[in-house]
Amino acid sequence: MRITQGCFSFLPDLSDEQITAQVEYCLSKQWAIGVEHTDDPHPRNTYWEMWGNPMFDLKDAKGVMMELEDCRKAHPQDYIRLNAFDSSRGFETVMMSFIVNRPDNEPKLRMTRTESRGRSQHYAWETRR
Amino acid sequence: MAMPEAPSGTESLPTSVDLAEEYKASGVAEVLDELDRELVGLKPVKQRIRETAALLLVERARRAMGLTHEAPSLHMSFTGNPGTGKTTVALRMANLLHRLGYIRKGHLVSVTRDDLVGQYIGHTAPKTKEILKKAMGGVLFIDEAYYLYRPDNERDYGQEAIEILLQVMENNRDDLVVILAGYADRMDRFFESNPGFRSRIAHHIDFPDYNDGELLSIAEGMLRRQGYRFDTKAAAMMGDYISRRRRQPHFANARSIRNALDRARLRQANRLFEESARPIDAEQLSTITARDISASRVFTMVEPNHPEITS
Repeated sequence: MRITQGCFSFLPDLSDEQITAQVEYCLSKQWAIGVEHTDDPHPRNTYWEMWGNPMFDLKDAKGVMMELEDCRKAHPQDYIRLNAFDSSRGFETVMMSFIVNRPDNEPKLRMTRTESRGRSQHYAWETRR
Repeated sequence: MAMPEAPSGTESLPTSVDLAEEYKASGVAEVLDELDRELVGLKPVKQRIRETAALLLVERARRAMGLTHEAPSLHMSFTGNPGTGKTTVALRMANLLHRLGYIRKGHLVSVTRDDLVGQYIGHTAPKTKEILKKAMGGVLFIDEAYYLYRPDNERDYGQEAIEILLQVMENNRDDLVVILAGYADRMDRFFESNPGFRSRIAHHIDFPDYNDGELLSIAEGMLRRQGYRFDTKAAAMMGDYISRRRRQPHFANARSIRNALDRARLRQANRLFEESARPIDAEQLSTITARDISASRVFTMVEPNHPEITS
C-alpha cells in the first residue's frame, strides 16, 4: 500500500532533479532542511530518526542531496523524508515535508476493531509487512 | 559542467558567437572594473584574473556552440604575504565565477584548519563535510592551508581532512571551487608533500607586496570609507610612517596600515578631548593630523630590527 504523507505524496515519486528544485525553493525561503528516516510509516509515528542535524546554513541544495544520498545508502529500505523548518518568529514550525525514499515493499496499514463496553467499538491502525 | 545534449539538429546551435556581446551580457566587465577601481596595485593578480575570465568565457562560448570542451578545473591557490588582499580577491573571484555561471550561488565560505580538523578520532570527517555542505554552490576559501598538513605528527587528523577535500575537489567539480591561500614558501612545501593538491589546482596566483605609494593610497581609501581624511602634513607623515614600518618586524602590508589607522583615530579622539576648550566642528572631527600619526612608536624606535619589539 502506497503511504501518502506530506506534500506530493499522491504524485509519482520525485526524481532527484525535482527534489533538488524543491530544496532550492525551501532554501530560498530560508528554511532549514532536515533529513529523517523510519521503518514505521504509521501516521501517529511523528518522530522519525534524524539523519544528522537539520541544516541551517546551506546556500545550495547540493549539500542536502549529499546527505540524502548517504542516508539512502545506509537505509535503502526505509522511508526517508525531508522536513523544511521555518525558524522565524510566529512560525517556528515545519513548513513543508515530503517523502523522498520508499522501500520496495511498502507495509500495509491494517485496521483492527475491538469490542469494548456496551456496543462501542475501538478502531486501531497497525502497520504490517 | 555537464556536457550539453548531443546536437541532433545543427539549427539548434548558434554558428557564431559574439565574444564582446557575451562579455557584456555576463556582467564580467563590471566585476573586473570594480576590481580595478577598488583594489590598489596588484597588477599581476588582476592580469591573471582577466586571463582566467577570458578563458572561462571562451569555454562557455565553446559549450554553447557544441564544440568539444573539457570542464575546466577551477581550483586555485593564492600565495602571498599577509595583508596582500588574498581574501578580498577571493570574494571577487566568487562573484566572477558566479556571473560566468561556473558556480551556482557565488558565496564565499572562509575557513582555517580549526574549522575542518576535529579534536578526536571520528570528529574530522563530519566537521569537514559540514563545511563542504555549506560551501556547495560557492567558493571554499581555506586560509593558511598548509596547517592542514603536519608532517611532524603522523597521527594528525589533518590528513583525513585533506583526503576528504581531495575527493570532493575531484568529484564535485561542478559544485564548488576550492581556493587555498597562504604564504608562498610554506604553500610550496605543502604542495610538495601533497602532490594530490598540486595536480588538482590549475591556477596559481601570486600576490606581490604593495609598494609605499600603493600603501599610502590604500590608507587614504580606508579613511575615506570611514569618513575621515588626512590633512596635507598628515599624508606626508603617513608616507614616512609606511616606509619606517616596512623595515620593522611583523609587517603585514594593508593589515598593518589598517591597524595604524585605527590607532591614529584613537589618538585623534584623545587629542580632541584634551584640546576641546570650545565646540568643535565636523571638519575637526574627521581630520587626522600629523600629530596623530607621529605619536606612533614606530617613529621612536631607533633599532628597526628588534624582533621582540612590535608597534
